[in-house]
Amino acid sequence: MTAANLSNALPLMLGAALVAVFPFVGGKFYGDLMVTTMILGIFALSLELLVGRTGLVSFGHAAFFGIGAYATALLSPDAAPASLAWLLPAVLGITTLAALGVGALSLRTRGIYFIMVTLAFAQMAYFVFHDMKFAGGSDGRYLNVKPVLAIGGFTLIDLGRPLTFYYATFGALVLVYALLAAVGRARFGHALAGIKANEQRMRAAGFSTYPYKLAAFALAGALAGVAGFLYAVKDGFVNPEILAWHQSGTVLLMLILGGIGSLRGAVLGAFFFVVLKEVFQSEALFGAFARHWQLPLGLTIIACVALMPNGVTGLPAQLRAMRTPVPHAG
Amino acid sequence: MLDDVLLVASNVSRRFGGLTAVDRVSLTLVRGEVHAVIGTNGAGKSTLVNVLAGELAPSSGRVQLHGRDVTRWSQPRRARGGIGRSYQRTTIFPRSTVLENCRLAAQANHQHALNLAGAAVQCPQSTLLAQRAVEQAGLAGQVDRIAGTLSHGQKRQLEIAMCLATSPQVLLLDEPLAGMGAEETERMLGLLAALKPGHAILLVEHDMDAVFRIADRITVMVNGTVIATGEPADIRRNADVQTAYLGEIDIAAATAGR
Repeated sequence: MTAANLSNALPLMLGAALVAVFPFVGGKFYGDLMVTTMILGIFALSLELLVGRTGLVSFGHAAFFGIGAYATALLSPDAAPASLAWLLPAVLGITTLAALGVGALSLRTRGIYFIMVTLAFAQMAYFVFHDMKFAGGSDGRYLNVKPVLAIGGFTLIDLGRPLTFYYATFGALVLVYALLAAVGRARFGHALAGIKANEQRMRAAGFSTYPYKLAAFALAGALAGVAGFLYAVKDGFVNPEILAWHQSGTVLLMLILGGIGSLRGAVLGAFFFVVLKEVFQSEALFGAFARHWQLPLGLTIIACVALMPNGVTGLPAQLRAMRTPVPHAG
Repeated sequence: MLDDVLLVASNVSRRFGGLTAVDRVSLTLVRGEVHAVIGTNGAGKSTLVNVLAGELAPSSGRVQLHGRDVTRWSQPRRARGGIGRSYQRTTIFPRSTVLENCRLAAQANHQHALNLAGAAVQCPQSTLLAQRAVEQAGLAGQVDRIAGTLSHGQKRQLEIAMCLATSPQVLLLDEPLAGMGAEETERMLGLLAALKPGHAILLVEHDMDAVFRIADRITVMVNGTVIATGEPADIRRNADVQTAYLGEIDIAAATAGR
């Protein structure tokens, strides 16, 4: 590993180490918050593949998060734990199929139309779960017994145990991050970056761009499904609001906050979003005004976007650029 | 000789609503020849290139590549079949290096989308093709430069290099000399001459001086139709061409003293 590589990977490894020891120092409340952050981190990472890597701004990504969560709740038996061995593959399969269907149609459009069509599909999914009896309607549905992985009566993983669930979520985040980093380095990821930069040029070179975009959309949907699965298991409860359009907007905000175009930006964006929300919701800090947490949160995000156009991850480069005088052109 | 006939367009038309941008155009591209298409602005030259490259479907007519009917082939499929094109407006990937620009183009012929284990920059076939294309296009000294920081002329060279990286046999070049200085033009003409033996080249160009120097065959378009096709000497003498161009570009003056 070269020095440049090391200095690049060091913050990442430090961050991972901190998260790994956190349950022993952070306490239950903050441990819970950390799990939420990691789940949203996976969700943001999945959208980063579309928005940051491929240049596809989806405004309906919560659909796959929600479908994953609902599939987890609906497939789990009422009185016995589901086995991870089939539940997780089933959730992945369902969300992949859903994303293939939505992607196949919405990827025929571009730009603002793509944004609107993905939004429309997500709203359709929202109303399916909102209005259908089998899913519990607007009341949502409970997941009574959390899934386990057992071999011959011996339980290997019980997601009902908080510490196990913490590390399962952490492992999922690391795996998703590593997978997307590998995708970014591989030919597939380079082709996606080329499509973002100039799709017409890619077609002229001989790339059929539609299957590439569809594959990215399906993968992003499946990974959002993983986040949805974890969300359902964490709270033991799902309701239609997790598919609503503001959920799709929130995950886009996380990307913008963290800096579009980098994996760590997605995770950092999720982290800062959760922290900001938690701060503004705190009655200890804001008293009665904490009820109106959306207002300061919105203003803060507007300020962040205005002051840090490249997000939190772009801040160091931005500060460096401010310190060095602008060279004269020519 | 028949093997060298690479691309044949027969009675190709393209209409946009009431406007016929390309009207029953036929032309043949042969390996070892530069076939120039000239004409005033709006004559339909770029539309013709788009139809041949597969970027636009023809309203009627037929396009054949290596004797096979490719009229219904998509642009990516035609590109993999051997048609490379460059754009009038530079369409490089500005944030990548020169080599990565070409490597990505070369990767089109080595698509292993499911191979996530191997890093793209280590793909041996596409890297080799890219290096060769960069050298051919005369950018060997610039492989690691960020494409967006190249000079205008170098960007045009990179545009051609990206085209070459896909190992095409047919080159459709849309105004490769646009906006170039005298020295850059010379370098580009040298490059085209070097590419001529192995490729069938269609050259759309406004620089008459350059066209008459390098073209083996010239097609003149006016309002979407071909008014003349022939060797440069014939085109220069053609009365229709002179009438069509009168007041626009004086071909006789542009080629005088040669």
